[in-house]
Amino acid sequence: MATRILIPTPLRAYAGKQDVVEAEGGTVGELLANMTTTYADLRKHLYTEDGKLRHFVNIYLNDDDIRYLEKEETPVKPGDTVSIIPSVAGGRQG
Amino acid sequence: MTTATVPAALSNHEVARYSRHLILPEVGMEGQLKLKAASVLCIGAGGLGSPVAMYLAAAGVGRIGIVDFDVVDFSNLQRQIIHGTTDVGRPKLESARDSLSEINPEVRVELHNAALSSQNALDLLGGYDIIVDGTDNFPTRYLVNDACVILGKPNAYGSIFRFEGQVSVFATADGPCYRCMFPEPPPPGLVPSCAEGGVLGILPGVVGTLQATEAIKLILGAGEPLIGRFVIYDALKARFRELKVRRDPECPVCGDHPTVTELIDYEQFCGIVPTTTAEAADGADDVTVEELKARLDDQDGVFILDVRDPPEYEICCIPGSTLIPLGDLPARLQELEGRDDMIVHCKSGVRSAKAVKILHDAGFKKAKNLGGGILRWIDQIDPTLPKY
Repeated sequence: MATRILIPTPLRAYAGKQDVVEAEGGTVGELLANMTTTYADLRKHLYTEDGKLRHFVNIYLNDDDIRYLEKEETPVKPGDTVSIIPSVAGGRQG
Repeated sequence: MTTATVPAALSNHEVARYSRHLILPEVGMEGQLKLKAASVLCIGAGGLGSPVAMYLAAAGVGRIGIVDFDVVDFSNLQRQIIHGTTDVGRPKLESARDSLSEINPEVRVELHNAALSSQNALDLLGGYDIIVDGTDNFPTRYLVNDACVILGKPNAYGSIFRFEGQVSVFATADGPCYRCMFPEPPPPGLVPSCAEGGVLGILPGVVGTLQATEAIKLILGAGEPLIGRFVIYDALKARFRELKVRRDPECPVCGDHPTVTELIDYEQFCGIVPTTTAEAADGADDVTVEELKARLDDQDGVFILDVRDPPEYEICCIPGSTLIPLGDLPARLQELEGRDDMIVHCKSGVRSAKAVKILHDAGFKKAKNLGGGILRWIDQIDPTLPKY
């Protein structure tokens, strides 16, 4: 069963310009792995070279940060929504 | 929260001015006097700072400080509504002061003509009850956060990008701080700025108004402040989402065993190389706009690659250039086959430097960056083109 993953504005360019993508998986980690198989450009924005989620990437399951659930092992139920929440600073170049 | 002395009464003028507040049970005379006794510091008089300062002044917040060092530019007017067309070229502080005293001469406006730094932040923020973060870059956001935590001042936080805004209240006594949500900044260049990506002019109006509302609620002690909650507003979808933010017991600033107890070097923390070094490193192999002009005049067949986005190309372009946006470049390299001798440009030279690196890695060894981008081309070669 596919789960909705909400893509934030700064990352849409790497997800086929979509604001929502769907991926299969029983845990948040599996979903993200499947999503970055489909959208390979997203991978380097979400993961470090040794395959760890980057520290500045926040992944939410519904309204909760997965750091306070079971991290990437957090199970996903039908109807759940996963969001990627980026830090955004504003106007200055660079 | 605020322990400042509450003034005894309002003048008849003030009663007339604030009458719609005075008849609200949640504000009333007591609340209006709290507002009058309160002080708020706006960091930045830009897109977010404009509505924040204007609404706080209108609401009768007794003392409003503004920190800024910039001057008003034409490109600010689309969203920075505290400034007007005749203010272009004036310091933002002066323009903001004039607008605020026109809205409400009863409030005291304090101007701080400075770039917020680790040296001045504690002194500046220390003089106010509440801080409103309307800055536009990561180093200053972490600086404001850490200073707020160290001083115990609440931070009404807002941030914007394109059509999306974020709002929360950080650094209250029991609540999380910005670092609990975002422990580390993204490396420079990974997240595009509004100068690159654009921003809907109304968006900072919505987000700044929410920040001002939170500041007012904190002063009044009314309602449920946005503590431990993070609101994301999508203007295109007209949708608000709310996420939970928890205080991280291991947060280096506000956690149980803080390791950051004084302000640090935030440019370094955010991985930003000092500009002079960056320019020297980038600039060594750059082509100048004069060299490009000479080659175009010679019609020597030089290939010009523009890596900006299509809407920017529509505003202005160098004649004969080919557009492939930076984000599309890795997938469209085959279109450049046989084009070894090429000059790459963007708006100011940052994106094209990244493009040149991609091209070099892909074997286009002779690709060179146009120093200063199309902005310098307009300045030095063709001033008839519009600047943006």
